[in-house]
Amino acid sequence: MNISLNGEQKTISGIHTVTDLLNDLTLIPGSVVVELNNEIIQPDSYDAAVLADQDRIEIIRFVGGG
Amino acid sequence: MLTIAGTEFSSRLFLGTGKFSSSAVMAEAIEASQCQMITVALRRVDLENPDDDIMSTLGKREYTFLPNTSGARDAKEAIRLAKLARAASGTSWLKLEVTPDPRTLLPDPVETLIATEELVKEGFIVLPYMNADPILALKLQDVGAAAVMPLGSPIGTNQGVLTEAMIEIIIEQAHVPVVVDAGIGAPSHAAYAMEMGADAVLVNTAISVAGDPVVMAAAFAKAVEAGRSAFEAGLGQSVKQASASSPESGKLSTDLGFLA
Repeated sequence: MNISLNGEQKTISGIHTVTDLLNDLTLIPGSVVVELNNEIIQPDSYDAAVLADQDRIEIIRFVGGG
Repeated sequence: MLTIAGTEFSSRLFLGTGKFSSSAVMAEAIEASQCQMITVALRRVDLENPDDDIMSTLGKREYTFLPNTSGARDAKEAIRLAKLARAASGTSWLKLEVTPDPRTLLPDPVETLIATEELVKEGFIVLPYMNADPILALKLQDVGAAAVMPLGSPIGTNQGVLTEAMIEIIIEQAHVPVVVDAGIGAPSHAAYAMEMGADAVLVNTAISVAGDPVVMAAAFAKAVEAGRSAFEAGLGQSVKQASASSPESGKLSTDLGFLA
């Protein structure tokens, strides 16, 4: 399955949900915000958020800034 | 005590967290600044360095986080970033920044007003970054901005409060707190803004790129406190004609007749 992850095209396999994707990327769920096709996914919905071919996923977090 | 949207702040120095050389220096500088409000930005996670997380340094402490919408070029982008920020922070505080021109980073007044109105309706506590325009300040206040943040000079330029005449009018007219943001490059600039009656200042670059950011953070804390005290004490009027500080009577030259 092909997805757009933070603006880059990726081919993934064995990853079905947002939880799987965060685990694969070794990201702690509470430390990031996930947007799936421009919709924010709440952490309690990560397990239920099933990924599909051509999905656009943004994984975002706070950084230093003024 | 400064109150914004019902939250009290004993420190009138807000600190930006950008451009620090390391998380450790940033944490020490924040400590030295005694600030209670700190700004952060939202960016894509660097998937090559997933452990690089500012909140692992900051998250354990009790600050009010003021996420910004830096990078937004119009109201629509700012609103999207605001919603992401709320999801990430769990709070509704927001520094609204809409800067379409990456060269000047000046705020777009029309888009800022549109986004403020929309975000206030959605329950955000909106502190808009704005040009030092007194009319715009009133319009932002009317649509529900919790404070206004006029610029002293363009972001990151360290040029100080070049917009002083306009900021004075904003302070005189606004019913919401006025936070002078951007361009404050030295503790003297911060003290000057506070002497004018600003409710707070937001400083980032001047501290984060200083030779010693921790010492500079402490210097800004003192300057902001001094400036505020001076404002509360009431500054003497500036006049052109000299007026002696020492008593006019009892001078040796007149009363004793010397040199008369």
